[in-house]
Amino acid sequence: MADPDQADIGGEPSLRFRDDEPSDEPAVTLDSFLTDPGNATAVRIEAGDDARALLPHLARLSLVEVSFPSFRDGRGYSAARVLREAGYAGELRAAGDVLVDQLPLMRRCGFDSFAPEAEIDADALARALERHEVRYQRAADAALPAWRLRHG
Amino acid sequence: MYRYDEYDQSAVDARVEEFRDQVARRLSGQLTEDQFKPLRLMNGLYLQLHAYMLRVAVPYGTVSSRQMRMLGHIARRYDRGYGHFTTRQNIQFNWIKLEDAPDILAELATVEMHAIQTSGNCIRNISADQFAGAAADEVADPRPWAELLRQWSTFHPEFSYLPRKFKIAVIAADEDRAAMRLHDIGLKLVERDGVLGAEVYAGGGMGRTPMVAPLIRDFVPADDLLSYLEAALRVYNRYGRRDNIYKARIKILIHEIGADAYRAQVEDEFAAVKALGIDPPAAELARITEMFALPPLDRQAPDAVDRSDPDFAVWLDQNVRPHKVPNHAVVTVSLKPAGGIPGDASADQIDLMADLAERYGHDELRVTHAQNIVLPHVAKRDLHAVWTALAAAGLAEANLDLISDIIACPGLDYCSLANARSIPLAQKIQARFAEPERQRDLGELKLKISGCINACGHHHAGHIGVLGVDRKGVENFQLLLGGSGAEDASLGRIAGPGFSEDGVVDAIERVTDRYLAVREDGERFLDTYRRVGFETFKEAIYG
Repeated sequence: MADPDQADIGGEPSLRFRDDEPSDEPAVTLDSFLTDPGNATAVRIEAGDDARALLPHLARLSLVEVSFPSFRDGRGYSAARVLREAGYAGELRAAGDVLVDQLPLMRRCGFDSFAPEAEIDADALARALERHEVRYQRAADAALPAWRLRHG
Repeated sequence: MYRYDEYDQSAVDARVEEFRDQVARRLSGQLTEDQFKPLRLMNGLYLQLHAYMLRVAVPYGTVSSRQMRMLGHIARRYDRGYGHFTTRQNIQFNWIKLEDAPDILAELATVEMHAIQTSGNCIRNISADQFAGAAADEVADPRPWAELLRQWSTFHPEFSYLPRKFKIAVIAADEDRAAMRLHDIGLKLVERDGVLGAEVYAGGGMGRTPMVAPLIRDFVPADDLLSYLEAALRVYNRYGRRDNIYKARIKILIHEIGADAYRAQVEDEFAAVKALGIDPPAAELARITEMFALPPLDRQAPDAVDRSDPDFAVWLDQNVRPHKVPNHAVVTVSLKPAGGIPGDASADQIDLMADLAERYGHDELRVTHAQNIVLPHVAKRDLHAVWTALAAAGLAEANLDLISDIIACPGLDYCSLANARSIPLAQKIQARFAEPERQRDLGELKLKISGCINACGHHHAGHIGVLGVDRKGVENFQLLLGGSGAEDASLGRIAGPGFSEDGVVDAIERVTDRYLAVREDGERFLDTYRRVGFETFKEAIYG
């Protein structure tokens, strides 16, 4: 797994697991995007927004930012799955109350960029990301589930 | 029984290290208690009134002798010498130190056990019929399916921060011994046109808003099961309420939008999810099923049982049920001795049950949702020896499904949520109905006690249920009548104003007296209640 770049973007610490250049366009709200997309290529969806509304527009988007108002609010995990399953290949960023122990799960759901409110301890993150070698389910990442390893 | 392969062992070992890391970060202050809480809960660690409580998973209630002995060891070494078997077929230890928890998980991992997802807003331990693999009436053993679901739900990346906890049960017979329709999702295995699959029920549950789950899909073939459940959970994760913890279970979502709307959304999601290839090949279910093959029973052993000892004969009639192989039997070890704590067992008793399973029961035990232990494969030839050993350890109470076989939550003696004490009340009821002949005359009577509205003691599903509430600082007990967690699932109805602890024992006796007065031949309490109706019993209670 590539080492993430931990850099300041727009004043917020950010972790990226992508090789392309980060989008510097400010993300617009889902409502304003759907009302008048203009030239926008970056959208922010709130926890209660329906990510499916973006499906007709995925090809033009380079950044979708998913808000986590509280680390307990797990709706964003499903939003990420929905977008990745529909073929979205751009940057998918988890923003807000994102904690180190959640990052491995978020990576599996397809997030490849993170803007946590509080800085994430790099050592704890490295340990968290490398700890689990076995996955029991197929998800949005490339990991093979245990049943696939068992049966080929 | 299922045995771990290298992948399963690696997953559990990694979890132990992960939790050790998390505990270290909590103790050093790197994690706040608020941030640590969901992490410890997903490893079964609760903060109770007096100490941490650790809930260890017993997947689908099946445990080997070696694993059982480990539970005894943990009780002895890290707790006060006993454990408490729960209504989710798990075991909990009530006096645990946070610093010890990682070591306990490491010890559990050496016998293929863990505490993963025994709490928290995630998919909990999968429960199943405790007679699975031994019952004559099942279409298939439900445990391989439950194991498939255990693996699918373990560390599920999308469903670890659900709106609320999520409980799944699997049965495979018409007789429902696992309260299947009182689960967030209940699966009943059925065969259609030669294909095994499941009826899917969703949105059942107890708690403060009890509901019996409606049928959501008539048949999901085995090959589609995980896709379908992924779709069912995704709809819940996206649309389940998160604004109010008391309205966050899937039953509220399904109640609010209606079963038809929920079903339609799941079908839409399923159509998309099915294409993703998340269902394992049939070979995986076959691999797991092979490990649950019936153990090599001695089919030549004599079928006859010497009933000349009257105490033994009573126990035989009450606690021993038929096995699908006629010269064998299914033994239920009651953890409800008079004056005891329902579901509790000492380390020595745990060891003894492990020994008996090893010697007479093909190394297998089950935990039941009614908080008893089952030896599923005992040759009839050995029943007397098993009974003799159980009796010497205070484990031969002949009260399965009788009024003293009480389900009770830990209540205010342990639990920080409770309003009232469940355990002393259970003991008073047992004392009132202490006479064995009287209990047997009353027949099947499932009495269930919860110490608060969260209903961990399943009071809604009791033929007679008791709910402890707080009334102006005083413990008060409401009586419910007519509930059932079986295939005829129904919810109990509150009889009327509540009682003091002694008052509710009297009220229960008025109910059983009225039952004896009006029952017809062969009627259980619940049958009589349903025939004559609520008012007859209400009149008996309040005059």
